[in-house]
Amino acid sequence: MKIGVLVKQVASGESPLRIDTSGKWVVEESIDFTTNESDSYALEEALQIIERSGGAGEVVVISMCPAERTPKIIREALAKGGHRAIHIQEEAPYETDPFMVASIFAEALKDESFDLILSGLQSDDLGSGQTGVILGELLGMSTATLVMGVELQKGKLRVKRELESGWFQWVTLPFPACITIQSGLNQPRYPSLKGIMGAKKKEIKSIAKSDVKGSGTPMQEFSRMYTHKAEKRTEMIEGSTDQIVDRMIDIFKKNIKVI
Amino acid sequence: MDILVILEGANGAIHRISKEAVAAAQALGKDLNQKVSVLVFGKNSDNLSKEAASFKVDEVLLVEDDNLKSYSADAYAETVKQIVEKESPKFVLTGYSYLVRDFFPKVSARLQKPLITDVTGYKVEGSKTLFTKQVLHGKLTVDIETKVDGPVLVGFQSAAYSLDNLEKGSAKIRTAEVTLDSAQLKTTSEEPFQEESGGVDLTSADKIVSIGRGIGKEENIPMINDLAAALKAEIGASRPIVDSGWLPNSHQVGSSGQSVTPNLYLALGISGAIQHVVGMKGSKNIVAINRDPDAPIFEVADYGVVGDILEIVPKLTEALKNQ
Ligand SMILES: Cc1cc2nc3c(=O)[nH]c(=O)nc-3n(C[C@H](O)[C@H](O)[C@H](O)COP(=O)(O)OP(=O)(O)OC[C@H]3O[C@@H](n4cnc5c(N)ncnc54)[C@H](O)[C@@H]3O)c2cc1C
Ligand SMILES: Nc1ncnc2c1ncn2[C@@H]1O[C@H](COP(=O)(O)O)[C@@H](O)[C@H]1O
Repeated sequence: MKIGVLVKQVASGESPLRIDTSGKWVVEESIDFTTNESDSYALEEALQIIERSGGAGEVVVISMCPAERTPKIIREALAKGGHRAIHIQEEAPYETDPFMVASIFAEALKDESFDLILSGLQSDDLGSGQTGVILGELLGMSTATLVMGVELQKGKLRVKRELESGWFQWVTLPFPACITIQSGLNQPRYPSLKGIMGAKKKEIKSIAKSDVKGSGTPMQEFSRMYTHKAEKRTEMIEGSTDQIVDRMIDIFKKNIKVI
Repeated sequence: MDILVILEGANGAIHRISKEAVAAAQALGKDLNQKVSVLVFGKNSDNLSKEAASFKVDEVLLVEDDNLKSYSADAYAETVKQIVEKESPKFVLTGYSYLVRDFFPKVSARLQKPLITDVTGYKVEGSKTLFTKQVLHGKLTVDIETKVDGPVLVGFQSAAYSLDNLEKGSAKIRTAEVTLDSAQLKTTSEEPFQEESGGVDLTSADKIVSIGRGIGKEENIPMINDLAAALKAEIGASRPIVDSGWLPNSHQVGSSGQSVTPNLYLALGISGAIQHVVGMKGSKNIVAINRDPDAPIFEVADYGVVGDILEIVPKLTEALKNQ
């Protein structure tokens, strides 16, 4: 089985974020980049699918991000067991239209003829929740989202989809398929030392985004970015740890009356 | 047609998130002086279309087809696509539920029209309508502008619009046809099911101590058990805690877990992602401790502490024991 996995580099949750001079994105210098959360689960699932089917096949790691930011997350994915990588190099301003992102991937990947493409269900920076499904559509694949379990059947895939509030649904789909993975379906592995050493020799094919033809023009664009206002007036409790604890007890007793 | 809202059925009635989308559409319709229509589709959807007709909308479109009997991403996407092509609405709105997430991006791909998701509001500025959503872990907001003619597809974030504003009326029902080729429908689905009933019921809890990734490691969980015992509270958690297997699924609060409304919700090391917040923002009193002053949880908190939970929690537990 030939599997493609989309992994995206995103700002970590604790990165300081400052809006840049364009007013449409953030200053990148201070950002700590990491692998998008659900993508780590997608990669792990791809590696396990190959392992479950006796090791035959290939996991191709695919990412679109600036040239200088490549190595970290792609190398990490290769160190975990990805066989090779495709890096679509893009320059700022980055593409924020999910249809464009997906059509760039579709164009760059169409000759790979993957049996299966896995992506995360949603990116932690843009949060479009669309890239995988649109990519699947553009490549004529069957699709399913929010996948929390994967069963390989003869010529088919049976996946467990998450619904709201603890509900699930099994869906069966034919190959080639493109599925988007929800966090929590497995426990992503850490790269081994051997894996890290081995990753250095693995192929990373670089393609410039500008060389990918037929990607059209964006249909949606960020008009402005800003910090939102609080929904509520929040009383901030300050002071030493002891003072904070005293005030909290006071609030529990007098204001909220729970003790 | 001006504004079309795609309705989703859930247990024989219209899904709450779809009704929120109708409330959003009614507001947008007023601002733009446009009419709102709704689309119901399925098989034997009398109940749904009747319920839809009780909203203050221009008309209810009803599509019935054998291929829509159970969920199929391809059949649902194709139905919406054909109706949109026929009726040419300017906006196609829906609640971005977990089912809609599965097929609505297909509609965007098939129509080659923009889809904006997890939208929390809109702004009308001159001839433009911008849609607002959170980005970058919910720390920043963007207004999104579309660049093409024809329908803009929008999926609203759960709880972005209040059902209190849903206006009632009585609309006429018009049936519409689509052509679905069963050979083109690739996926088949089984009945939805609930994984585990049992576990903790947080919905009736008076006090909840809820932990997020800020707890750092599994070894710190006993510290939270002690606090919860001292406070006589139930324990809730964000998704990553459950994903890591540190607490069972039933403790998860948020859109894929439980929705809670305790008297006290003590959020410890939880960033306040929108999928978590929709499950707890109805709590009467929210107290948050987080070491990041910019964490979005403070936007919904009544009381906030910028600090380290690993330092504060043991002392808080001690103080509670001495009460
Ligand atoms: C479709 C979908 C459904 C989802 N459903 C849910 C759901 O039902 N429930 C849910 O919770 N999430 C859900 N999520 C995930 C959600 O988007 C967030 O990823 C998640 O809520 C983040 O959890 P967190 O706040 O614990 O972790 P993080 O976002 O990593 O935040 C950890 C926080 O802890 C703080 N911190 C770290 N160390 C300390 C310390 N020592 N002291 C104090 N503070 C500290 C940090 O500043 C940070 O703010 C869903 C996502 C998607 C896409
Ligand atoms: N630039 C990118 N590079 C690699 N993968 C991406 C990129 N953009 C989106 N994806 C994948 O698509 C998923 C959904 O992204 P989104 O549609 O932006 O929410 C992510 O979890 C990734 O797996």
